[in-house]
Amino acid sequence: MNSKKNINFLFVGVGGQGILTGSDIAAGVGLEAGYDAKKSEVHGFSQRGGVVESHVRWGDDVAAPLAEKGSVDFLIATELLEAARWIEWLRPGGAVLVNHQRIPPMSVTVGDAVYPADERILAAVETRTDDVTVIEGFATAERLGNPRLANTVLLGALSTRLDVPPETWLAVIERRVPPKYVELNCKAFWEGRRE
Amino acid sequence: MKRLLSGNEAIALGAWEAGVRYAAAYPGTPSTEILPALAQYAGVRAEWASNEKVALDAAIGASFAGGRALAAMKHVGVNVASDSLITLSYTGVGAGLVLVSADDPGSFSSQNEQDNRHYARFGKFPCLEPTDSQEAKDFTRFAFELSEQFDTPVMLRSTTRISHSKSAVEVKMPAGPREPGPLPPFERKPRKYVMIPAYARPRHPEVEARLQALVEYAESCPLNRVEWGDRRVGVISNGVAYQYAREIFAGFSFLKLGMTYPLPAGMIRDFAAEVEALVVVEELDPFIEEQVRALGLEVIGKEFFPATGELTLARVRESAIKAGLPVSHTPTLPHPDTPTLSIPPRPPALCPGCPHRAVYFNLRKLKLLVSGDIGCYAISVLPPFEEMDMLISMGASIGMAHGAKQAGCPDKIVATIGDSTFFHSGLPELANIIYNRGVACTMILDNGTTAMTGGQDNPATGVTLQGETTQAIDIEAVVRAMGVEDLWVVDALDVQGVERAIREATGIEGRPTVIIVNGACVFTPQFQRRPAVTVDLQVCNGCGFCFRVGCPAILKSGEADAKTKRPKAEIDPLLCTGCTVCLQVCPRQAIYQVGE
Repeated sequence: MNSKKNINFLFVGVGGQGILTGSDIAAGVGLEAGYDAKKSEVHGFSQRGGVVESHVRWGDDVAAPLAEKGSVDFLIATELLEAARWIEWLRPGGAVLVNHQRIPPMSVTVGDAVYPADERILAAVETRTDDVTVIEGFATAERLGNPRLANTVLLGALSTRLDVPPETWLAVIERRVPPKYVELNCKAFWEGRRE
Repeated sequence: MKRLLSGNEAIALGAWEAGVRYAAAYPGTPSTEILPALAQYAGVRAEWASNEKVALDAAIGASFAGGRALAAMKHVGVNVASDSLITLSYTGVGAGLVLVSADDPGSFSSQNEQDNRHYARFGKFPCLEPTDSQEAKDFTRFAFELSEQFDTPVMLRSTTRISHSKSAVEVKMPAGPREPGPLPPFERKPRKYVMIPAYARPRHPEVEARLQALVEYAESCPLNRVEWGDRRVGVISNGVAYQYAREIFAGFSFLKLGMTYPLPAGMIRDFAAEVEALVVVEELDPFIEEQVRALGLEVIGKEFFPATGELTLARVRESAIKAGLPVSHTPTLPHPDTPTLSIPPRPPALCPGCPHRAVYFNLRKLKLLVSGDIGCYAISVLPPFEEMDMLISMGASIGMAHGAKQAGCPDKIVATIGDSTFFHSGLPELANIIYNRGVACTMILDNGTTAMTGGQDNPATGVTLQGETTQAIDIEAVVRAMGVEDLWVVDALDVQGVERAIREATGIEGRPTVIIVNGACVFTPQFQRRPAVTVDLQVCNGCGFCFRVGCPAILKSGEADAKTKRPKAEIDPLLCTGCTVCLQVCPRQAIYQVGE
C-alpha cells in the first residue's frame, strides 16, 4: 500500500489576510498530489478583524478535520503576533513560516495591551522549534503592487518544504483565485520560493 | 473525479442530485453557503426567505405541490420555523422535504449551542448526521428518498465542523442543464394537508405508526454500520465526533450512526453484547446516550465527555484517559513551566468604514440604554464602545426595549436592528410597540445587506439570490405606513446628524420613534471608498478621542505629545476607507483627508 505520512498545517492570521484562500489552496494541492485532504475553518462573527485560523491535513485517510494542539507540522502565520498565539499547536521541532508584518489588535490600539517587540515574539516561537523562517511576504507583496499577496508568498516558501512539484501548486492557484489575479499570484508564489 | 467540497457545498450537490426543485433559507452561520451553492445549479429555484419559518413554509408548499423541496437554516433558525415544523410531521409531505439544521457547538457565531437532534424526537421524524462532505452529499440525497418512503419531513443535521470543513467528494459532472417542466395539477388532500382539529386528531396516530415503522427500519438503515476492531472498547458515535473518536480509539470497534433518530435498538444491543466497554462519543447533549441507557445498557458517556462546547481531538483524548480507556499516541505539549509571552487578545472589531461606527459612538456618548439585535453591530458590546445592554434573538431588540419601558424602566432606551433582521422578525415587533403605545426609540441600521453572514441580499436590497432584479422594499415607506410620524432618516457617516437624530428622537415622550440610518456596508458594491485620512502630527496632542471610534485603521503612533505625554494617533492608509468618522470627532481638527 502506498502509505503517506500525515502532515498537519495550521494557517493563522487576521481577518482579511487571505487565510481561507491560502489554506484552500494547500488542501487542494494535497488532494491533487494524491493525499486524502481535509481543511477546517470557522466563518462569521470572528472574521470581523479577529483571529482567523484554518487547519489543513494531508494523509492516507484523514479523519478529524482539525489537528490537535502539539501536532502541527507547519505553522504558517501571516502576522507576527499570531505566530506566537498559536505556537503551542506546533509539534516540537515543527516548522514556522511567518510573514514579517505587525497588525496591532484593538486591545493595543485602545491602550489595554502592548504589542511585543519582534525579538520577543520570535523568542517565544523559538521555545518550541529552531525551524523558524521570517518571510518578507508583506514587503514582497507591496513591491508586486498588492499587499494582499503576502499569503501567496508564504505558500511559495511552504512549497519548498514539501515533496510536491511547484506546477501542482500553480495549477491549484490558477483554479482558486479570480482570473485577473492569477498572474500576480503566480509571481508572488515564485517570489516565495526564493525566500 | 474527487473534489474538495465544504459540507455545505456537498449538501447542495446532494440536493441537486436528488432533483430538488425548490430550496429556501435565511442566512445564518454555519448554514449560509448551502443556498448560494444550490442557486448555481440549473433547474432549481433557490431563494433567500425573509426568515426561517418563511423558508420552511415555502418548502412545505413546494412539497405539497409535488416538488422536492429543501429548507436550510442555522440551529436557532429552527426555533423560528418550529411552529410549522412540528405540524408538518402530522401532514407529512407531498414530494420529499428535507430540513437542514446546521448546529453550532462552541457558539462560534451564535447566541447559544442548542442540540437540534431534540427536534427530531420532539417532532417524531428522522434525523440524519453526516461525518464528512461525502456523506453530507450522499445523506442529503438519501434524505429525499426517506422522506417520500415514510411520508415524513427529514432533518439533516450538520454542525459547524461538518458545514465548514472541506473534504474529498466523488463528483460526477452534472449532465447538462435540467428543465424540470411544470408539475402535475395539485392533488387535493384536505384531510392530510388542512390541519383543523378534526383532521389533525386522526393524523396523530399516523405519526405514531410512522415512528414505529421508522424504529423497525433503523435496524436495516444503510446509514448505520458496525466497524469491528479490537472488542475491548466499542464506541457508538455520530457526526464529526466520529472522526475524532476514530483517531483517538484507532483500532477499536465502532457503531457509526448515520441516522441518529430513531435509533436501532437491536443493533445497539447486539453491538454492546460483543464489546467489553461501551462508550458513546457525541457532541453536546447525551441524546444517543440516554436512549442507550434506556435500553438498560451500561455506557460511558457524558460523565467524562463534555456536554458543552465542541469536541476536539484533545477533549476526546482527555475524556477517554479520565474514563480509563486506552487511547492512541498523545502529542507533546510545552512544559507547563515554559515562560510564555503575554499576547494581546484580538477581538472582532467593526471594519474601517463600517456604517455602524457613528451610531454606537453617539449612543455611548449620550449614555443611552441599548437593546441590541443579531448582526455585526453586536460587536459594539466590546471595547471601546461597550454600548449594548441586552441581546437575545433575531428581532428581539424592539420587543425588549418596549417591555423594559412598559414595566417602568426609568432609563432612555434605544433598540438597534439591521435591515435584514428588521424584515426577519422586526416588523411584528415594531407593529407591537406602535399598537401598544410604547415609547422606546427604534434605530434601523440599513447597511444594504445581510452583513454578518457575508453579505446576502434581503427584501430591502432589490436583488434575489439568483440575481434577478426585484422590488426593493422601502423601509422608510413601511415605517410611515405603520403610522410612525416621528421618523428621522440620517446618513450613517454624518456623526453630528446621527447624534442630533438620537437626541431629538429620545427627547420625545409618550410615543414610539424611529431613526433610519442609511450607510452601505463596506463589503457591498454600493460602498464608496474615499481617499484615506491622515493625522497632522503637529496638531494632534494625543487626546485619544479618535481611538474611541474603535477603528482598526487608527493606531497609536510612536510619537508622544510633549505636554500630555500621550501617544499621538496615526492612520493606516491601506486600511482606511476615508469614511471620515474620526475626522469628525477630532476636537483639534488634526485629521484631514488626502486629496480632498
